[in-house]
Amino acid sequence: MNNRAMIQLEQVTKIFNAGRVNEITALNNVSLQINEGEFVIIIGANGSGKTTLFNTIAGSVIPTKGKVFIAGENVTFLPDFKRSKYIARVFQNPFDGTAPDLTILDNFRLAALRTQPKHLTIGNTTAFKKRVREVIARLNWGLENKLNQPMGTLSGGQRQALTLLMCIMDNTKILLLDEPTAALDPKSAEIILNTAQHLIQEYHLTAIFITHNLKDAQQYGNRLLQIHEGKLVRDLDATAKQKVLLQNMYEWFG
Amino acid sequence: MEFYLSALVLSLCLGAMSMGVFISMRIFNIPDITTDGSYTLGAAVTALLLVQHWPVYIVVLISMLSGSLAGICTAFIHTKLKIDALLAGILVMTGLYSINLIIMGRSNIPLINLHTLFSYIQIFPHSIYNTLATGIIIIGAFAILLWYILLTDFGIAMRATGNSSSMTRSLGINNNKMKIIGLAMANALTALSGSLVAQYQNFTDINMGIGIVIVGLGSVLIADALRIWFNIVAIGAQIALVIAGSFIFQMVLAVTLSLGVDPNILKLVTALFVLLIVALPRVKNVLKPNE
Ligand SMILES: Nc1ncnc2c1ncn2[C@@H]1O[C@H](COP(=O)(O)OP(=O)(O)O)[C@@H](O)[C@H]1O
Ligand SMILES: [Mg+2]
Repeated sequence: MNNRAMIQLEQVTKIFNAGRVNEITALNNVSLQINEGEFVIIIGANGSGKTTLFNTIAGSVIPTKGKVFIAGENVTFLPDFKRSKYIARVFQNPFDGTAPDLTILDNFRLAALRTQPKHLTIGNTTAFKKRVREVIARLNWGLENKLNQPMGTLSGGQRQALTLLMCIMDNTKILLLDEPTAALDPKSAEIILNTAQHLIQEYHLTAIFITHNLKDAQQYGNRLLQIHEGKLVRDLDATAKQKVLLQNMYEWFG
Repeated sequence: MEFYLSALVLSLCLGAMSMGVFISMRIFNIPDITTDGSYTLGAAVTALLLVQHWPVYIVVLISMLSGSLAGICTAFIHTKLKIDALLAGILVMTGLYSINLIIMGRSNIPLINLHTLFSYIQIFPHSIYNTLATGIIIIGAFAILLWYILLTDFGIAMRATGNSSSMTRSLGINNNKMKIIGLAMANALTALSGSLVAQYQNFTDINMGIGIVIVGLGSVLIADALRIWFNIVAIGAQIALVIAGSFIFQMVLAVTLSLGVDPNILKLVTALFVLLIVALPRVKNVLKPNE
């Protein structure tokens, strides 16, 4: 095993509704190694298994067959809430990553404790508020002045951007971005992706970014994977990825 | 006057249960029917130990612990066996009826001339004011304790659990563990209500808990209506509203009784009142479907 391996999947298969008429093989014998510091882009048609791949890495889905390793630890049967010590995540649905009835501040407080126990002590101190304000101010949206506003009063784009910033409130090694901008307007999308790229560099994260947008697939990352019907059908390293034209990518979906 | 004051005292005693239902219903989104059973359980344990002259604060503590145990049972059935929370609650509530009977040994235990929580404060000449002061201190203390807990990191995690389970799981929170602790807290508070009401009324009856969850639910729904009306976010204010909801509920019942309504149909009035609170916003939507 390569000691720089951050994520390893060994022959992972996931079958939903096994034995029933609606049986579906979402992942079909996928083996994959992602090294520390890689920024991997994943493309693939709707329903090809991209989110399921994320779920097996994050632990929300337990594979039918195969093993999952993170930072060398066999986590195949470790539940998602225990894998959060390695993984921070932005969901495909902008509303999945934050609690709507809680204030922005409370949401960030929990994010700051992702890898730690939540004690019976007050953590929303003046110093913590200052830290949250500084982090949120990066967006230049003025949200840093609305810390006591419930998350549910914000737009999808604002919530997705805050979910992204929440990822860096506590130590993380891995950042999973599942079509984080698919539901958003182009302006918010651009801000979120630029912020993501900066954070990945700043915090030396190992990142995976699922996207539908082939321009984004070309612009970001240093490795490109394509999934088709649950199988890994393409894996390009940084040099190969640079040579790929947008036109080529469209043809892959032919 | 005394009539309304005793309604106020009763609403304080029931306020603990309303806080419990606030935890299960509002915070965890779980309709917890265990309430009916754990309320009587608190009263039954209180009666059993009080007549044996145990110190009252230990009696109340054990009553609350027994309530939390009932909540843990429901939460276990729900989270570990993956049985619907409503059914889990009904199962535990049904089982508790027999357990409560076994604890009590008969269906009714009078608690006359015993040293209760209401025996401590004797400053006012009129005894109802002493009772009222005791109720305010006890419920005030538990409300402040709950307020503090919900403001801590642990409390934020609790509140997030019922609000967005995908979010909490990705932030290292074990939702099942949270639900178990939450239902334990909720039913401890419910048992406290049962214990307080038994001490206030000077008896425990096996049927005293039947339909009581509706009272808690009604209080929380009134609080909810007020919360939305006044656009309240702060958690401390929400807890205060729940206790206010409990008071409004008891006042409506007291007024109904004073109008000469047959006490036998009081449960019907209760159910209709709660229906009214739930239905009002919807009726508005039916009348103006475009909004
Ligand atoms: N929890 C689930 N239960 C049943 N089927 C599922 C579940 N999650 C995903 N699937 C199915 O697995 C396939 C892959 O889904 P998904 O991984 O979400 O695709 P993508 O993210 O690439 O659009 C789809 O056919 C989807 O319907
Ligand atoms: Mg998807």
